[in-house]
Amino acid sequence: MLEVLHVTLLSLRVSGTAVLIGALIGVPIGTLLGLRRFRGKQSLMRFVDITLRSIVNTFMGLPPVVAGLVVYLLLTGSGPLGPLGLLYTPTAMIITQLIMVIPIMIGVTMSAVGSVEQGVREKALSLGATDTQAAWTVLREARMGLLTAIIVAFGAAISEVGGIMITGGNIRWVTRTLTTAIVVEVELGNFALAITLGLILLALAFVINIALTVIQLRGAKR
Amino acid sequence: MPLIETQRLGKEHSGKQVLKDINLRVQNGEIFVLIGPNGAGKTTLLRILDLLDEPSSGSVLFDKTPVNYSASAKLALRRRIGMVFQQTALFNTSVFNNVAYPLKVRGENGNTAEKKVKETLKMVQLEGFESKNALKLSGGEAQRVALAQALVTEPELLLLDEPTANLDPKAVSIIEEALSRVNRERQTTIVMTTHNMFQAQTLAQKAALLLDGRIEKTGTIQEIFEVPSRHLASFARLENVFSGVSSVVEEGTSLVDIGGGLRLEAAFTKTGEVTIYVSPKDVILSKNPIVSSARNTFKGRIVEVADLGPTVRLKVNAGRVFVVQITKRSFKEMRLNVDSEAFLTFKASSVQAV
Repeated sequence: MLEVLHVTLLSLRVSGTAVLIGALIGVPIGTLLGLRRFRGKQSLMRFVDITLRSIVNTFMGLPPVVAGLVVYLLLTGSGPLGPLGLLYTPTAMIITQLIMVIPIMIGVTMSAVGSVEQGVREKALSLGATDTQAAWTVLREARMGLLTAIIVAFGAAISEVGGIMITGGNIRWVTRTLTTAIVVEVELGNFALAITLGLILLALAFVINIALTVIQLRGAKR
Repeated sequence: MPLIETQRLGKEHSGKQVLKDINLRVQNGEIFVLIGPNGAGKTTLLRILDLLDEPSSGSVLFDKTPVNYSASAKLALRRRIGMVFQQTALFNTSVFNNVAYPLKVRGENGNTAEKKVKETLKMVQLEGFESKNALKLSGGEAQRVALAQALVTEPELLLLDEPTANLDPKAVSIIEEALSRVNRERQTTIVMTTHNMFQAQTLAQKAALLLDGRIEKTGTIQEIFEVPSRHLASFARLENVFSGVSSVVEEGTSLVDIGGGLRLEAAFTKTGEVTIYVSPKDVILSKNPIVSSARNTFKGRIVEVADLGPTVRLKVNAGRVFVVQITKRSFKEMRLNVDSEAFLTFKASSVQAV
């Protein structure tokens, strides 16, 4: 019972941290790309813009196992970051999920900001806002989209198995999460426990989505 | 003194010349309308005046000083200008916050700001709308909020892009009244585009006719409308423009058959196909036929009544539909309504060939 609690809390901690850090990194980048600062007549700028967008879109569909593999190779004893000794720790798992969360945050933010950009930014500027104030106003108008980004990213992170299995190692009491525990229990034939863990996972996702949806609806009314 | 001026201004958009050699001079305190068909470059010109776009050639002068396009200079200048876009984008928040926004970005908060917002909302007749969400308003209400946003900072120059297009008559008259009030009381200079020729004639002192990115004609409202050009008649929803066949009765007088059994007497000598225009202000409306020197009198029936505040605009079908403008007072005294019978009277010299 205690172990189930530990596993659940670790899942929340790893995915929650990944989404939080991912938002701090992804939202500003997505905003910049969405504001289309790179749009210009110069062909170099256009090239940069197109390349960046394509990279973001490609990484949004990155298989978590590949992210896990890359992080594993970086953190393994003989890898470049091996001396840090992070392999098979929750930190390694957070880094793995960050690699998949950041592109999602950038991509969804980019399209949310892009959809309100033109009208809202010019309106703000014409009403006397500075460039920075106008960018904040665009972000505020895109807030529904930002929340969507968080919901999507969290959903992807909490249900992810392959990546954290490789970099976390699925060690009992250390790096075992809801998803990796389900894998183990199924292999051991403990289907009752596996189903219980699965239901907990589903319930968690449900509760968090309800909370975010409530915020979203309230935001829409304001 | 000119407040804003353009000199040989041109604008290119992906290889296409959208504006060519635009020379405008808008004096302090005047209302200036830009008229012209869609795609003539009116919106592009307004965007350049609001410093949202830079001209490709030529220059803009504000207060006789050429505009400097550095970020700080643009900001300082923009804060003296108010702009109302055709497609209104209000912020997803309360009406109050929307109107307070321009003050907030200038660092104005608290009681004075609140007072200014309330006063401005009163000017566009939206008292009591403060806590409503701006995205839940009707088109006319939203446009009035947009106007309040532009007015709340008491700008020296107000730019408006088709501010009353597709709005209900009540919203139109509220907006027109607010515009003429700020122009009168604060001497706010106004540059606006419009398709509504009646609005142009009643509000503005000066006008420019824009065609295909060029200024076709510029001058006082009288100069633009007294002898409407063929161009103007071709795109403007000019009221009382009819085409017909003219035949000369005697030197200086013709009869123009405009269909619907109507033959108008006109003070010109023309034969064949003509397009004529009768200014709505030149038409006298009466319940009974009147005896006067005016050569044209027709009986008709009122088919439409639009309340414009102090005045009432009527459409009268006398075989062809004429638009007539009268004061609300005389409208009430004459006890007119839709379906009432009425007589239209105007002089032969009011029938102009365009």
